[in-house]
Amino acid sequence: MTEYVGMAMPRYDGIGQVKGQTKFVDDFVLPGMLYAKALRSPVHKGLIRSVDFSAAKKVPGVVGFVTADDIPGNRLFGACGDQQVLAESYTAYKGEDIALVVAVDEDTCMEALEKVKLDIEEQEPVFDMFEAAKPGAPLVRPDLKSNMWEFMPGVTTRVIYLGDVDKGLAEADYIVEGRYTTGEQDHAAMEPMVSVAYFDDAERLVIHTHSQCLQFQLGSLASIFDLPLSRIRYIGGVVGGGFGGKNHIHADHFAGLAALKFRRPVKYRLSRREDLLYSTKRGVFILEYKTGVKKDGRLTANYIKLWHDAGAYGGFSPYGVEKCSMFASGPYHIPNMRVEGQCVFTNKAGSSSMRGFTIMNGQFPMEMQMTKVAEAVGIDQWELRFINAWRDGDMGVSRYVVRGAGALEAMTGAAKLAGIELPDHLLAMSSRGR
Amino acid sequence: MKQILSFTLNGAPVDVIVTATETLLDVLREKLGVTGPKRGCDNGDCGTCTVLLDGEPVRSCLTIALTVAGRQVLTVEGLSPDGDLHPLQKAFHEHGAFQCGFCTPGMLMSAKALLDTNPNPSRVEIREYMSGNLCRCGSYEEVVEAIQAVAAGEYKE
Amino acid sequence: MKKKGVGMACVLHPSGNKGAGDPSNAAIQLKNDGTLVLLVGAVDLGQGSTTILRQFAADLMEVPIEHIFASNFGDDFAALSAGSFASRVTLIDPHAVENAAEDLKKKIREYAADLLEVHPDDLDYKEGKVSVKGAPDRAMTLAEVGGTAGCVLGLGAEPALLVGTGAWQPAPFTPHDPETGAMAAVGAISFGCCVVEVEVDTETGMVDVTKMTQVWEVGKAVNPLLVRQQITGGTHCGLGTALIEDSYPYYPDAAWAPENLGDYALPTFMDYPDEFLWGYEEVPHPAGVKGAKGFSEGSTNGPPPAIMAAIHDAVGVWIDQYPATPEVVLRALAAKEA
Repeated sequence: MTEYVGMAMPRYDGIGQVKGQTKFVDDFVLPGMLYAKALRSPVHKGLIRSVDFSAAKKVPGVVGFVTADDIPGNRLFGACGDQQVLAESYTAYKGEDIALVVAVDEDTCMEALEKVKLDIEEQEPVFDMFEAAKPGAPLVRPDLKSNMWEFMPGVTTRVIYLGDVDKGLAEADYIVEGRYTTGEQDHAAMEPMVSVAYFDDAERLVIHTHSQCLQFQLGSLASIFDLPLSRIRYIGGVVGGGFGGKNHIHADHFAGLAALKFRRPVKYRLSRREDLLYSTKRGVFILEYKTGVKKDGRLTANYIKLWHDAGAYGGFSPYGVEKCSMFASGPYHIPNMRVEGQCVFTNKAGSSSMRGFTIMNGQFPMEMQMTKVAEAVGIDQWELRFINAWRDGDMGVSRYVVRGAGALEAMTGAAKLAGIELPDHLLAMSSRGR
Repeated sequence: MKQILSFTLNGAPVDVIVTATETLLDVLREKLGVTGPKRGCDNGDCGTCTVLLDGEPVRSCLTIALTVAGRQVLTVEGLSPDGDLHPLQKAFHEHGAFQCGFCTPGMLMSAKALLDTNPNPSRVEIREYMSGNLCRCGSYEEVVEAIQAVAAGEYKE
Repeated sequence: MKKKGVGMACVLHPSGNKGAGDPSNAAIQLKNDGTLVLLVGAVDLGQGSTTILRQFAADLMEVPIEHIFASNFGDDFAALSAGSFASRVTLIDPHAVENAAEDLKKKIREYAADLLEVHPDDLDYKEGKVSVKGAPDRAMTLAEVGGTAGCVLGLGAEPALLVGTGAWQPAPFTPHDPETGAMAAVGAISFGCCVVEVEVDTETGMVDVTKMTQVWEVGKAVNPLLVRQQITGGTHCGLGTALIEDSYPYYPDAAWAPENLGDYALPTFMDYPDEFLWGYEEVPHPAGVKGAKGFSEGSTNGPPPAIMAAIHDAVGVWIDQYPATPEVVLRALAAKEA
């Protein structure tokens, strides 16, 4: 019998892609379909005084508007349940959605948006995590009691430790310190955010989605629309690139709300400009490392402090701080580790998962440290990593036990392919044990 | 103001009513139901809207529809008129020259235009010519390989 | 002046949510003609989840792969998966497919047992056929079982809808220990090594990656064509992150955020290394079906530190941030001169 696992085979669904036949969400064009666009906050932080649609309503082709008052169910969404679907009394980042205009085409929407009179009181935003973290700092949002995320009631630092890092640093022959900033990137999938919603023959709300995680998002949407799960047909499975950005709801809620209000098919999409400026991103981490090592190259300690800029809403950021912390010491056996992580709100669009989600933010500084450690000790870059790489049974800082360790295999393979000859004593090492 | 635009689309004559500001991409996707060319940026930066206009690759998102009057437009849908895949389509599929597939229609049109003008391009020539088509999934290596395979005659029509 | 440098990095990427509690489901239906339809909840983003899960299903149901059709279109009867993120699908979804296959084979044996007048335990399932142990001529093919259950073959048989369902997660959802932060619920971890050669232009600050080698230890290369795509593909975000992409160029200020793909430049064909060598290693993972685990975000993690190490090798500056745009590189060089 042929064994298929292990076989190189072309994509099962690939013929559709090469024919240009595969239907992405934006490819759905329905008779009588309306378009929606968002009225956005022009300021980084503000209090909404009033929104006057009367002039905008007169633009020919405008069908109507959707505000927070039109939301049948939950007005908050997001992985932390703290993000406004549509801003009501305050906005917390530039570009935050305040209302939708619904019209026969997007040009009409944009014309109508220009005529909406938004009276918003601009407030002083806070962009810097460390300013936001200071006691008495202006709150990023009025519903917060502080700009620091609480991992547990009253606890704003997630501490994860193994062994005794002070003892480990004291034992070290060298200590290498570093401070690292991992910048903000956008998923920039070739397919910008888009959603199409309409009612089917049985008055069930159909939503065509590019979600990466239908199960999570369906629950959230049902709660916003106040519909039972079985009254929504959430149709996905074709995504023009996700990279984590489509784990967060950017369009389905708006298409659905507009369809619910006007009982016509609605398409809501972000232009590339809106996608680049306002969609969730890979948020910044700043990390400080103190790595202790002995003369023979064995790591004795790793002490990390890290701060993550969550933007204005939690999203996946608290989870991300913990995930980063767990793996920010890389694939290395270090008997004494301590990580202290904080998640801070600022007046910017929210951070979310992006390829390498928070892991990259820890691998980068750890590898920089390893490169510096090798220089400090006067040891070969490969040797340092071979000595310290995990073996089966080693433990990460959060006390998970490593099984199926493969760092040595990856390094051996890469060196060989790159034409780098590693010395025999390194090649003789095994991930299965020391 | 609306006018009738007449042009040849994938080998067949077509007439459609357009305004002066509509782009070729708008007309293809929203009026003619030709959704192969994609809307990735509306700014000419990404290449997902690439079609061939009289054999030349153009950004349909920046092409005013009325300027194609009387001319030949080829989209990905026109690559397999009788249902048989074009050699480039077969090569892309077998070499894994795409992942999400969103950039693929545009990539294929640029690749066709390349091989029509330079049937035996070097690796550098391929990379330079194709560099206007972005692929966030990062299938560049495989695209180059697929184009080289077609150029080498591995996929005879 | 152009200066060359070499750098390497060894990185990891976990497969599955930390804290677990991220289940996946699958269902396999037997059609009247013996062909099968696999329903998976994993969304195919282009990474080929539907393709590899079908490969698993074919092996588990022991049928030619041409007899299995697959769908991931979420809708009413779709199996739901937590999602396609955290590089989790290759580790977790095959377990759901395996459980669905076992469930279907059990239902097939039970149904056929009635027709063959034996106990289900007396039936072997092998290569798309159920047969009586010790009497292999007394057998039914999947087409015969499906056709009979569908009442298109054999009069008088009871109808049945033969669908196997399966679900799996690495562990129930687990919170961190409040004092130690302990979190042992990690599905699997994959490992990668990236070696780069760069050329730094000390006048413009531009960094050209001339050669990259990236090898990932992936547990089991379920489909080497797709493994390659993930290694060369993830490098796109890795290169962009390392050298070009910045949504807040004057962080922490939100000013000058890029508004188009000209300002937020993405790597093109020309930005990829002139020479790109890729490879994989396999250390079968105990938590994976056939040792398989996910790794595909990881190829984004490798390039940035390898490139910074190579920049240091070339021009002697540490760039402790990313992206290392020309401005960042030039400022670092100027600071070194000062």
